[in-house]
Amino acid sequence: MSKFKRDYKKHQDLPLMPITFVSSEENQTGFWKTFKPVLEKEKCIKCAICWKFCPEPAIDIGDDDYPTFRMEHCKGCGICANECPKDAIQMVMEEE
Amino acid sequence: MMVKLTIPEEELMMPGHVGCLGCGATLAMRYTLKALGKRTIISVPACCWAVMPGVYPYMCLDIPMLYTAFEVTGASISGIRAALTAKGIDDITVVGWAGDGGTADIGIQALSGAVERGTDVMYIMYDNEAYMNTGIQRSSATPIGAWTTTTPVGTTQDWKRMPKKNMVDIMVAHKIPYTATMSVGYPEDMIKKLKKAKGIKGPKFIHIFAPCPTGWRLAPDKTIEIAKMATACGAFPLYEVENGVYKISRKPKELEPILPYLKMQGRFRHLPEDALDDIQTRVTKEWKQLLRLEEFTAGNE
Repeated sequence: MSKFKRDYKKHQDLPLMPITFVSSEENQTGFWKTFKPVLEKEKCIKCAICWKFCPEPAIDIGDDDYPTFRMEHCKGCGICANECPKDAIQMVMEEE
Repeated sequence: MMVKLTIPEEELMMPGHVGCLGCGATLAMRYTLKALGKRTIISVPACCWAVMPGVYPYMCLDIPMLYTAFEVTGASISGIRAALTAKGIDDITVVGWAGDGGTADIGIQALSGAVERGTDVMYIMYDNEAYMNTGIQRSSATPIGAWTTTTPVGTTQDWKRMPKKNMVDIMVAHKIPYTATMSVGYPEDMIKKLKKAKGIKGPKFIHIFAPCPTGWRLAPDKTIEIAKMATACGAFPLYEVENGVYKISRKPKELEPILPYLKMQGRFRHLPEDALDDIQTRVTKEWKQLLRLEEFTAGNE
């Protein structure tokens, strides 16, 4: 966050209008979660349904076609686990 | 990547937004931008999406997003279109993105004006069935029987007694070229319809069903499940109306009973037996009416 804090000394330094300039990817919402998704690779059929229904989106489909979770953004809603046709994603309590 | 994706891969919505867990509105935006692409300007009044990007200076969309006052979405998109025409730009989709309160209650006159003038814009209402951003107050798109903070249950038993306002019917009465309902439970259908709407000149109205786990008193992982259930039981049928011709996009052979759909949500928990039966009767009646409308308008291009 600190590196985006702009040095406003005078009012002339302010932008002309309230305009956003930082991607929300800097905003790490991962700490919201209670449960985290864990993939069981043996069960996964690489259908990408979890990716399709992720509201963040915090799921990437890698080169090996398995989903990977961006834990720094995942809020742990559990939609991926609920929609997985093979129950390959489990929601487990996150530990400190 | 070998896997065959059923929806476009490009992401124009970035993670890190501040939507609640399992938010249906963010999914609606994600699919919409996948369908419409980068050449899009979006105008947003007060609604959940007005706070979704987070506090200044964060932004979670990769396209221009403009904040407007609650009641002027229709006027604002008309203005954006006029400005683009004046500048000679014609490859941009102008989208008004409002919640159900900002469309069915507060923004309806500006929307009506924009549609009547035949402005080439797309107006999208994402429907989470109450004013969710301000804390679950009743809107005219809240379904009958629902609890909200302004239709409290407790000792007064004062749940919403009026049925949901049908915005698509209102738009059909405007002789709109294209209007459709879609649901976050069916992203492929949603993207197909949005791409079709993008290619049509003139006003377009889109009604997206976006479940809100927080306001519906629902577990956050059930968003997609409840959206699919709503379509299967007829509570939210998916259809499109092109120049007055109705076409149902998803037609189950037989509607499922609405009871499991209602029982899953805490906002319907208080309903007595007769009220549940009443809702079932209404839904069946409306579904039959829709089937007849499709039959009646078929071939009437």
